[in-house]
Amino acid sequence: MRKILTTEAQTPSSGKPAGLPANSVGIVEPQSHTFPGPFKLACGRVLDEYTLVYETYGTLNADKNNGVLICHALSGHHHAAGYHSEDDKRPGWWDHYIGPGKPIDTNKFFVVALNNLGGCHGSTGPTSINPQTDKPWGPDFPPLRARDWVHSQAQLADHLGIRQWAAVVGGSLGGMQAMRWALEYPDRLRHCVVIASAMKLSAQNIAFNETARQAITSDPDFRDGRYLEEETLPRHGLAVARMIGHITYLSDDGLGKKFGRELRSGTFKQGVEELVEFQVQSYLRYQGDTFSSSFDPNTYILMTRALDYFDLAREYDDDPVKAFSNARCKFLLVSFTSDWRFAPERSREIADALMHANLPVSYAEVESPMGHDAFLLPNARYENLFSAYMNNVASEKSSKRENEVAA
Amino acid sequence: MRKDLDIIHNWIAPETRVLDLGCGDGALLERLSKEKQVGGYGLEIDPDQIQKCIERGVNVVEQNLDNGLKNFADQSFDTVVMTQALQTLRFPHLVVEEMLRVGRECIITFPNFGQWKARWHLAVSGRMPVSDLLPYEWYDTPNIHFCTFKDFEVLCRQHGWQILHRQVVSESPVSGVLKDFLPNLFGETAIYHLTR
Repeated sequence: MRKILTTEAQTPSSGKPAGLPANSVGIVEPQSHTFPGPFKLACGRVLDEYTLVYETYGTLNADKNNGVLICHALSGHHHAAGYHSEDDKRPGWWDHYIGPGKPIDTNKFFVVALNNLGGCHGSTGPTSINPQTDKPWGPDFPPLRARDWVHSQAQLADHLGIRQWAAVVGGSLGGMQAMRWALEYPDRLRHCVVIASAMKLSAQNIAFNETARQAITSDPDFRDGRYLEEETLPRHGLAVARMIGHITYLSDDGLGKKFGRELRSGTFKQGVEELVEFQVQSYLRYQGDTFSSSFDPNTYILMTRALDYFDLAREYDDDPVKAFSNARCKFLLVSFTSDWRFAPERSREIADALMHANLPVSYAEVESPMGHDAFLLPNARYENLFSAYMNNVASEKSSKRENEVAA
Repeated sequence: MRKDLDIIHNWIAPETRVLDLGCGDGALLERLSKEKQVGGYGLEIDPDQIQKCIERGVNVVEQNLDNGLKNFADQSFDTVVMTQALQTLRFPHLVVEEMLRVGRECIITFPNFGQWKARWHLAVSGRMPVSDLLPYEWYDTPNIHFCTFKDFEVLCRQHGWQILHRQVVSESPVSGVLKDFLPNLFGETAIYHLTR
């Protein structure tokens, strides 16, 4: 049994074709595991079994204490770093920060990234077949909360033989999961890295999410969410939802710098009726269209609802200090100056609560014009901070090992 | 380590909780944590210094002291420390008030503008002093509120802050001897340990 686990925990890192960057984890292959149920969800419903798709980078050490879990954000999935093939045009979504020599250094850490339950990239979700009906789950898939993800991630950790993560890391919705980890499984992580996140959404955040969901559900092809059975797809609705989301991930300044008021077609010349199209319009449409051909609308609805419901302190008398007093790990928080979706104030609230709870925490507010998306993009200060912190996480682990050996 | 930090280290009791305002590279907190099992946080705004704190494994939180310490509860720390930052603040007296609200005690160090070199420089050259201790020109200095030891003690009296200890340090040997007789003239750095 144990032997099988170890084999599965190895990264297929053997082949790094010459064409790929030297600091890439190279060609990676998703893996999947089906967990036997019953798996009880926060909503009260039970899954008889579920599958998670995940990728791993780096090697799990003999003590199995160098595991780092990457929690994905709203539209993320298991493919966080590296390439699926040599012809792959783009690497995984957090490739800037995961790889040999990068902040989450795969020479030191065994990195696990997964597609969350309810996702649409292989893990059990609305596009999977409901065993009760033999039809796609669609809108009948149970609503999920961040804690359901955390519990399923804990089962994945068990499966990989990881009792305690060196760090659980996440940005945005991923940061919420990382914080939930610290409360639900305090002894199963040593560090919690929360980037551009919040303890709960603001009314404005929820308003944007609701508008996005309305865009999807009002598409005539949505068919009450049963579009798979009816062989339609609310492509336009999902594209609009993504466009709304995308605007909130960027900053006014960032969009202005990238596109300004540049025209893609048409002219402002008087006496000409030709329609004017701004560059930013076609950019947004492109983003929307690309997304709507790769993401499931029901999953988008489910994930945005999980975001809306998330409230770290709700069950702790709305007192974040009381909530965090359950945690044992160390925290790193990072926010970005132009992020108005999860503004620095939201991270500052987390830092304040952690300091009140007397937990080790460091917090940095990184200058960036890139809005919420900054957490995925290259930024020298962010990279240096993140690397320094993770270096300490790695050396702490080895010194702990030395102590154990000495004892 | 700077002389003022050595003295502060001696004044802080083991296993207490410290908040270090403008903590710089985190050297003091690192030493307090290693040698005295002191816990706490540093507040800092300089990105390079924050980076150094994180490299050292010191808890550092990015925060501008000019915005106050509203996010900290009354008496939530044993000691609030602020070294060589008083003179850079917009309203130093308000920050000291806050330090004594958040901590049971506070320790403050600042450069003495009444030291003879500064007086001499201003008197003789008629220009703002630039020295090792005050290495900035008047137009690009972060130091906007210089004071002398005497000035600071007047402020303490006016606000009813009680001075528990006061120590004057000097890097040069001659000033080192003379500072005990005429601290305001020969002391380079003042260290005040205050409570309410």
